Order: sequence, then structure tokens, then C-alpha cells
Amino acid sequence: MLEFLSRRLAAALVTLVLATVVVFAVVEVLPGDPALVMLGTDARPDTLAALRARYGFDQPLVVRYFKWIGGLLTFDLGSSHAYGTSVAKLIGDRLLVTLPLGALALSWAVLVAIPLGVFAAWKHGRPGDWGVMGFTQIGISVPNFWFGIVLVLLFAVTWQLFPAGGFPGWRQDPVKSLHSLVLPALSLSLGEIAILTRVTRSAMLDTLREDYVRTARAKGAPERTVLFRHALRNALVPVTTVAGLIAGFLIAGAVIIESVFRLPGIGQLVYDSINNRDLVVIKNVVVLFTILVLSVNLLVDVAYAVLDPRPRVRT
Amino acid sequence: MKGFLARAARHVGFQIGAVLLLLFVGTALVSVFWTPHPVDALQMRLKLQPASGAYPLGTDHLGRDVLSRIMVGAQTSITVGLIAVAIGMIGGVALGAWAAARGGWVDEALSRLSDLVFAFPAVLIAILITSVLGASAQNAILAIAIFNVPVFARVTRGAALSMWGRDFVRAATAMGQGPLGITVRHVMPNIASVLIVQATIQFAVAILAEAGLSYLGLGAQPPVPSWGRMLRDAQTYVFQAPELAIWPGLAIALAVLGLNMLGDGLRDLLDPRLRLLRVG
Repeated sequence: MLEFLSRRLAAALVTLVLATVVVFAVVEVLPGDPALVMLGTDARPDTLAALRARYGFDQPLVVRYFKWIGGLLTFDLGSSHAYGTSVAKLIGDRLLVTLPLGALALSWAVLVAIPLGVFAAWKHGRPGDWGVMGFTQIGISVPNFWFGIVLVLLFAVTWQLFPAGGFPGWRQDPVKSLHSLVLPALSLSLGEIAILTRVTRSAMLDTLREDYVRTARAKGAPERTVLFRHALRNALVPVTTVAGLIAGFLIAGAVIIESVFRLPGIGQLVYDSINNRDLVVIKNVVVLFTILVLSVNLLVDVAYAVLDPRPRVRT
Repeated sequence: MKGFLARAARHVGFQIGAVLLLLFVGTALVSVFWTPHPVDALQMRLKLQPASGAYPLGTDHLGRDVLSRIMVGAQTSITVGLIAVAIGMIGGVALGAWAAARGGWVDEALSRLSDLVFAFPAVLIAILITSVLGASAQNAILAIAIFNVPVFARVTRGAALSMWGRDFVRAATAMGQGPLGITVRHVMPNIASVLIVQATIQFAVAILAEAGLSYLGLGAQPPVPSWGRMLRDAQTYVFQAPELAIWPGLAIALAVLGLNMLGDGLRDLLDPRLRLLRVG
């Protein structure tokens, strides 16, 4: 177990280091002069020189890279060019919106997808199954940001049950803040519900064919016990894996959804930073996303190893 | 081929997918030669008009015909999607086939590289690229293509590896054929159906990605009509002209739905045991 974990951790760390090199290369080496990207080609030479000095763009690449990594390790991410505040604080504030949004969307997805998937597997090959599968086909095809706009049309414009966008802030009004995350979380979860339902269905179909399920049925166990106690329990292994992978993509999907609902989260920060050409913020946020995705994948592997001992033996 | 057509005639999902795809490609082709109104004709007098005989889907905030723009938007989606998937496919298939044929450190290194790309969600790759190189359709293509390379590399590697274990490939090796010759002559023809199915699904994913990027303003730039951009513009006027936000989204959803159903149908018809990668 310990060997398996350390191997996975080492692989994740290698990927992370490679990722920082790539991000650094794209943001600071590829454009030639990052100062020119940030200020534009019509900037005055003395302004450019001042910015280069401020962010150390005049130092050798290797020095800049290791300074950045050193900063990452000590949470000293420098200061944003556009906002004038520390990047670490900026990211911390924005995470307070993005993380609850992602958590809401994921819990909603799990709550809807698992019963739907179980139902479809139970009704395998019959109209109930076709209905669920048709729904998942639509769920993966509809762009989530359009679904968000449609939700706004219905729930904000027509029925005025939820706000069309914006976020009052947890400290100002926690209830209204939660309220304003409902529609964004719903739109973010649509595609994930579809994928998770399909995975639950196929995992359930696999376990329902197993001998112990037949034994349970032969013993006369009620259908509900067979479905939920025997079959679902084992089907949850692949479902957990996919739910974890989805969590990573939820964070990325938040970039677009936050823009739809004008939520001041990480996604909106990225979007604004592109428009402001704030390379310092972009570089750090992209690495943060990568760390999040990698840690989620790692957690999934650990959960997988705990739930199911087989893959551990194989490695 | 005859058996394929007979089975296709019984597969409803495949047929719906094929019809939607024909509609999608047909619309794009027609729009090259004809649109009800000029795509870029600004008529501020006629802005945000509801649907009418002259403007079946109404007009946008600059008085342009929405139907014409949706038709031309299909061109943008197809162009970006096709080129991005083609680049990703050429790169990914070559790398995957190489990894399968060579094994050892090449395989290991390529797996690590594809892990690396998968650690960045596609939107982030696009954001990184556009933040440095600027927003344009070309850079959106580049971003989507980069994401497609490891997808095709993984699928190709997996399918090719299973071929390398087969007797006819072993026989070819014993007869002294080199890895390149075997890959081209024996492996590729046998994994083509897997790649066709995956390409269909990736085309759908690419259209969704292009729509998302142009919604964020990172894809095709105005005045080129793109469905994502139209949605962004429509959202500003959601209280005055809500129906404007319906049509471009419906177009994206139907195009993607068609490709997904076609892909799933092709999989059932060509090889029902296939496992697909679906990441976006």
C-alpha cells in the first residue's frame, strides 16, 4: 500500500514539475519579452524597463524560474499588475466562490446521477433505460454555458426566482450568496450528471451479472437490497474514479460558467487577467488548477486502492 | 459494406445522428453560396427585431439577420473543429503507433507527456495560448489540437498494442518486416474503425470547445460569425430579446448531438466492444 502510494505521489510530482516548466515557457519565454505583452507595443521604453525591473524580467531565465518556484513553495506569488494586490490573496478570495460552486455542482451531480444510473441498469433494455440514455446523450451535447443562459431565461427573467448573476459575498449575505450559486451549480453539473449516469449504469450492469448478485436474488433478498446493498456497493468503485476525474474538469468548466453568471471566482479572475494581460496572475492560476487536478486524481487513486484491493496488487 | 448498411438501416440512433450531421454540413455548404441576407449588413434601425417573414429568426443588436449568421457560423464550427481534430489525429496517431511499436522508454515517455497534457484542462491550455499569442480562430484551433493529440495517442497505442500481439503480426515480424512496414500494412488498417469512431466523438468535443472559447472571446474574432460569440452578444440583451440566446445554443447542441449519436452508432455498427475515451 505504502509503495503504491509513494509511486503515485512521485508520478504526480514529476507531472507537476513538468507542468511548471511548460507554463513558465509559454508565459515567459514564448512571447519573447513578457513586459511587451503586458504593456502592449506602444508602451514607452522607460515604462517597459520599470516593469521588467519590478517583475525581474531582466534576470536570466533559470534564475526567474527558480525564484518563481521558490515563491510557489512559500505561497509568495508576487503581486498582480492589474489589481496591485498580492496574487496569493487574490486567489484565496476567489477560491471562496469557486470551491463552493464546484462542491455544489459535484454533490448535485452525484445525487442525481447515481439513482438515475441504478434505475437505467434496473430497467436495462426497456423504455426507462432508453429514456435515461437519451437524456445523457443530450446532457453531453448541450454546452453548459448555454444551459446556464436558458436557466437564466427561465428562472431569472421569466419567473424571477433566482438572480441572473452576481454574487453579494459570504460576509455580506450568506443566504443570498448561496442562492446566487444555485443556477451556476445546476448548469455546471449538467454534463457531469450525464457522464456519471452512464458510468453508474454500465458499472451496475457489470455487477448485476455477478454470481453473488444471483445468489442474493436466489436467497429471496428484496430487489431494493439486491440493487443497493449488493450491486451498487461494488459498482461504486468505477463511479468514484470518474466522479474524481470530473471534479478536475468542473474546476475548468467554472471558467465559463462564472463568466455567464458574473461570479467573482477564479474563472472570472482568469478571464479578467487575459483581458488585462496580467501574466503574473495567469501563470500562477494555471499552476494552481494543475495542482488541484493532480491532487484530485491522486485522491481518486487512493480511494480506489482503499475500495478495491486489486489494482494495488497489479502494480 | 452491405452488412454495414443493413445494420445501419436498423440503428435509429445512427440515423438520427447522420441526419443531424447532414443538416449541419449542408447548412455550412449552402451558406458559402447563399444566405437570406448579407451576413454583415448592419441596420441599426432594424436591431433586435422579433422573428418575421423577412427575418425568420429575428435580428441581433446590430440589426443583422440571425438566421444568416447561424448558417455562416456552421462554417466556423466545422472549419475549427475539422482542422483541430485533423492535427490532433495526425500527431496523436503517429505518436501512439510509435509508442506501441517501440515500447520501452519511448512508450513510458509518451505516457508521461500525455499525463501532462491531461493535467491541464482544455480550456486552460487555450487560455494560456491566447493570453500570450492573442485571441484568434487559429490559436483556438491550436489549443484544441494540442488537447486532441494525447487523446488519439492513447486510443491508438491501446488498439495498436492489441494488434502487435496477434498471430498475423507475429508472422509478419518473423518474415522480416520492419516495425514501420508492419504498422502501415497490418496495424493501421485493423485499427482504422476505432480511430474513425474516436474522430467523430472528438469532432463533437472540438465544436463544444470552440463554442466555449468564442463565448469567452478567445475564438474567432468579429466580424466572423461564430455560435459561441453570438451567445455572448445575445446574453447582454437577454431581457429585451430573450429568443436571441436560444438559436445559437440550439445550433451548437444539435450539431454536437448529431456527431455524438453518429459516433455511438458507428461504434455499435463497426465494433460493439470498443471502449471510447470521452474527455472534455
